[in-house]
Amino acid sequence: MQTSSENILSAVRIDKGFPGTKALDKVDFHLRRGEVHALLGENGAGKSTLIKCLTGAYHRDGGSILLDGTEVDPRDTFDAQRLGIGTVYQEVNLLPNLSVAENLFLGRQPRRFGMVDIRAMNRKARELLSQYELELDVTRALASYSVAIQQVVAIARAVDLSGKVLILDEPTASLDAHEVAMLFRIVRRLKARGLGIIFITHFLEQVYEISDRITVLRNGRLVGTRDAADLDRRDLIAMMIGRELAAEIHSAHANTAGGEPRYRFTNYGRRGRIEPFDLNVRVGEVVGIAGLLGSGRTETAEVLFGAHRADSGTAEIDGRPVELSSPRAAIRQKFGFCPEDRKTAGIVGDLSVRENIVLALQARRGWTRPISRAEQNRLADLYIRALDIRTADREKPIRLLSGGNQQKAILARWLATEPEFLILDEPTRGIDVGAHAEIVRLIETLREKGMSLIVISSEIEELVAYSTRVIVLRDRAHVAELDGDRITADQIVEAIAAANERRAS
Amino acid sequence: MKQKYLPLTATIFIFVLSYALCAAQYPNILSTRVIGNLLTDNAFLGIAAVGMTFVILSGGIDLSIGSVIAFTGVFLAVVLEHTSMHPLVAFALVLMITTLFGALMGAIIHYLEMPAFIVTLAGMFLARGMAFVLSIDSIPIKHPFYATLKGLYYKLPGGGRITLIGGLMLLVFAIGILLAHRTRFGTNVYALGGGTATAKLMGVPVASTTVSIYALSGLLAGLSGIVFSLYTSAGYSLAAVGVELDAITAVVIGGTLLTGGSGFVAGTLVGIFIQGLIQTYITFDGSLSSWWTKILIGALLFAFILLQKGIIHLSRDNRKRA
Amino acid sequence: MTTIVRTYLARLLPQLIALAAVLAAISMTFSGFLNLEIQNGRLYGSLIDILNRGAPVVLLAIGMTVVIATKGIDLSVGAVMAICGAVAASFITSGHSLAETLLVTLAVGILCGIWNGILVAILDIQPIIATLVLMVAGRGIAQLITEGAILTFNEPGLIFIGSGSFAGLPMPVIVWLVFGILVALLVRRTALGMLIEAIGVNRQASTLSGVFTPVLLVAAYVLSGLCAAIAGIIAAADIRGADANNAGLWLELDAILAVVVGGTSLLGGRFSIAASVFGAIIIQAINTGILLSGFPPEFNLIIKAAIIVFILVLQSPRFRTAFAFLTIPGRAAKPTEREAK
Repeated sequence: MQTSSENILSAVRIDKGFPGTKALDKVDFHLRRGEVHALLGENGAGKSTLIKCLTGAYHRDGGSILLDGTEVDPRDTFDAQRLGIGTVYQEVNLLPNLSVAENLFLGRQPRRFGMVDIRAMNRKARELLSQYELELDVTRALASYSVAIQQVVAIARAVDLSGKVLILDEPTASLDAHEVAMLFRIVRRLKARGLGIIFITHFLEQVYEISDRITVLRNGRLVGTRDAADLDRRDLIAMMIGRELAAEIHSAHANTAGGEPRYRFTNYGRRGRIEPFDLNVRVGEVVGIAGLLGSGRTETAEVLFGAHRADSGTAEIDGRPVELSSPRAAIRQKFGFCPEDRKTAGIVGDLSVRENIVLALQARRGWTRPISRAEQNRLADLYIRALDIRTADREKPIRLLSGGNQQKAILARWLATEPEFLILDEPTRGIDVGAHAEIVRLIETLREKGMSLIVISSEIEELVAYSTRVIVLRDRAHVAELDGDRITADQIVEAIAAANERRAS
Repeated sequence: MKQKYLPLTATIFIFVLSYALCAAQYPNILSTRVIGNLLTDNAFLGIAAVGMTFVILSGGIDLSIGSVIAFTGVFLAVVLEHTSMHPLVAFALVLMITTLFGALMGAIIHYLEMPAFIVTLAGMFLARGMAFVLSIDSIPIKHPFYATLKGLYYKLPGGGRITLIGGLMLLVFAIGILLAHRTRFGTNVYALGGGTATAKLMGVPVASTTVSIYALSGLLAGLSGIVFSLYTSAGYSLAAVGVELDAITAVVIGGTLLTGGSGFVAGTLVGIFIQGLIQTYITFDGSLSSWWTKILIGALLFAFILLQKGIIHLSRDNRKRA
Repeated sequence: MTTIVRTYLARLLPQLIALAAVLAAISMTFSGFLNLEIQNGRLYGSLIDILNRGAPVVLLAIGMTVVIATKGIDLSVGAVMAICGAVAASFITSGHSLAETLLVTLAVGILCGIWNGILVAILDIQPIIATLVLMVAGRGIAQLITEGAILTFNEPGLIFIGSGSFAGLPMPVIVWLVFGILVALLVRRTALGMLIEAIGVNRQASTLSGVFTPVLLVAAYVLSGLCAAIAGIIAAADIRGADANNAGLWLELDAILAVVVGGTSLLGGRFSIAASVFGAIIIQAINTGILLSGFPPEFNLIIKAAIIVFILVLQSPRFRTAFAFLTIPGRAAKPTEREAK
């Protein structure tokens, strides 16, 4: 066994660009033998891109990767695995319909006389899993076990196949406390065996529980690598969300709209998705929603919009109870919703920019009352100009536009319905700086015009800029509310950190 | 009980129950003669259905098998009539052609990334067209070797016979079961049905497996064609129309998920037996009309699709609670 | 307005060229092919024959187009044709009036569509599997209605639909022309067409935008069932009887082929009813052409297979990426980086 300070994996000055964006900018990353190294950063920070470069899923544009001191260049994940780098993802990348043993030994089943020796395979599978304190019926389908068990099976397979570096990409996202404890026992054992383990998560308390060192990325750049023991929780969050920008002046709360709340959600929630919460929104108010990934931000948006029906509580508009049982019902109440996942839930890729813009309005009017082509053109041109959507013409399929312009077109889709209550889930995620600023300005304009908005964002300084109030979420529950002068980046970071500390203790 | 056995158990239960009901009404149905005929009459369908099982397990579909059966029959009839080729040589030749034909479809499906449905639809037209081009008439096969083959059977106690083709079907099923459950290829087929992308990540050779699956289906369709030509002693390009549909139905009734990834080759055999039993019952009854076969099979198909839907639903709930 | 006309023509251009090429090829080998003559106030000629014989596939293709646009498929249309033909024959022979017969037959077609639609939209069963049920059982149901025999009838009104003529054209041609125009107007003059395309491209995004997805999905299958009912009536009226065994046999495949030839992607989304109609006519022209030109009719299926393979290659994602730089510069969409959730 070599000294523990020696790096088992070194990535030096890794560059990776996509058309229009720089996903990784000369990022250095060093993983020691026998350490758990947390890789942190908010959405779009470049964690996934870095991992994909390390495992060969992406081909890096520049930089070098050293494994055990020798330079490697994995062609694909399979190649990386052969070299010694195994990866386990949140959504278990195994085959649910095959048995546990088959999943462990797929492609290398023991054979006798040309036939798969099922007994030997099952015996070897049991032996392998016993190293992980797991006693399973390995002949059962993987799908019949919990995600935690599946996760361990995936780890067992990855370690058995590669054995030098183990990358755990959000492995705990869908596990409960007990299961996380089991997983961590296993991780510690592997660490003791000298594996280098990269751990990606958004649960900070887990980071502190298991990691030796922490590397933070932001906007494709390395922010720094620290020893976990020396890094204060608040400093860590600041590293992740860029507190140096927090000095920005908060403008919105100055003219906080007064008066009675127009929208009143009482004890509103849905079991398994978001704990019941109370939320009041006034006319001309932007309620920002802050919280780390997985804290229940999107779930809040979906339950408000009826995409997932609330199973507790009531919703009122102007004191009159309303039923928001489906997106259609919400749209009838003049709601609008720009989802987080633009590609699968937002754009209708093959349709034109024009059709994407008029879609929600047309759906609300019903199929019998078509919007005339002239009116469609007028609307499309209006919003293409107003929001500065960069497209050759309005008939271009929307999938050919850049992310920022797609986002603006989806915004236009809702603006065309003249909504009074607009929910934006990560409206500035993954888009370029120019479009980013325009969307932030647009949010302010809409608020000034008297619209009520709910905006979810991982970028604190952005929330500070436009929110009249900020709700902080943790563990699928609303835990704090900031308003007026308390809306500063410091305070929000504090609230998120406090929420996490409370959980950790 | 393991969830994956549930559809198969349901199939076997339905088969045993309906057999018992039939037997209560017509005790004759228990005779080895009837059982032997059941095997002989459904031999060609069973053999083709084994290939279809592999295709469906992998998440695909093969619409071409009925046409391939017809092509094989016509090819054999024409070759045996116009040349002095020995039937065994002709068998080998036609099996090579149909295997290559299947492999070609598999390659198109994989490399052009096109849906199996439409590719094998083209295959269906092509094979039937080739059969038409060879001959549009029904050509009898009078080769003495055919008579020899047809004379081979194993006599069961009670007067029943397991004919060569009936036995061949059982053999194909036995080999199919071994192939599905005891080889790496078999596991790879299930892996493809579980998710092509994941299977690829886990190192399954997707291209060669896909090509092999359709080649196997082509081979078995060819073998089924040979059996069919033995059964009918003729080659006719309009024969075996819609066999693919019967085969798909047998596979689904046999408990295989049409979405792929779950099921058993043995289940398909029971599916074949259920279809055969319905036909036998209707023959015994005499007063019932043949169309009830289709309606009953359609209803069974529907019941099994619902059952599978329910099981998927249940297992999802289970995992959530786990 | 002219730009709309121009884009419309551009959409239909491949089908028009293909049709012209097929017709030209046939007329070169068979000289009298393009001749038309009027007898007893009715047009006769091979061209009219193509339009007439193509009627069932054209009708099925109209409904199939809409179903395929929703990312679905309807395998049951051939069987539904048989059912509806049987219903029409049994009603008319049992003494009901023509109007009653037609109404009930169309209602049965709609009912079949509702059945398929519910399986697909409400029970969320894959379309190919859901419609397989009726495909298997349907022909049995049709035989049940006709009691296995070919149920013949002599009602002149019903026969007129199959073999009469109006304004110089055979009735089946009139029927599909009128019906096709009606459906095309229905989907394009209302917002139906766009909403259906939106569902076919991205069902989730459409639902979130407030599109009433389940209802529209059921409606698509209902339209398909209705088309099959009309096709079934025409097929039965043409032979003056309902043949439960052979009516509409394998026509679902021809209809799917017509849609594919019409350029509508099997993966859903953009559709053109006119293009599918041309697709169906191209197929019928090839059928008729082979018959007339003295080629053995056996080549028919091989040519169909060749057409599918040709279109498959053209539509294949691999082929498109390989040649994308030739057609649309820079169409390769920018891969947007997404962090794992």
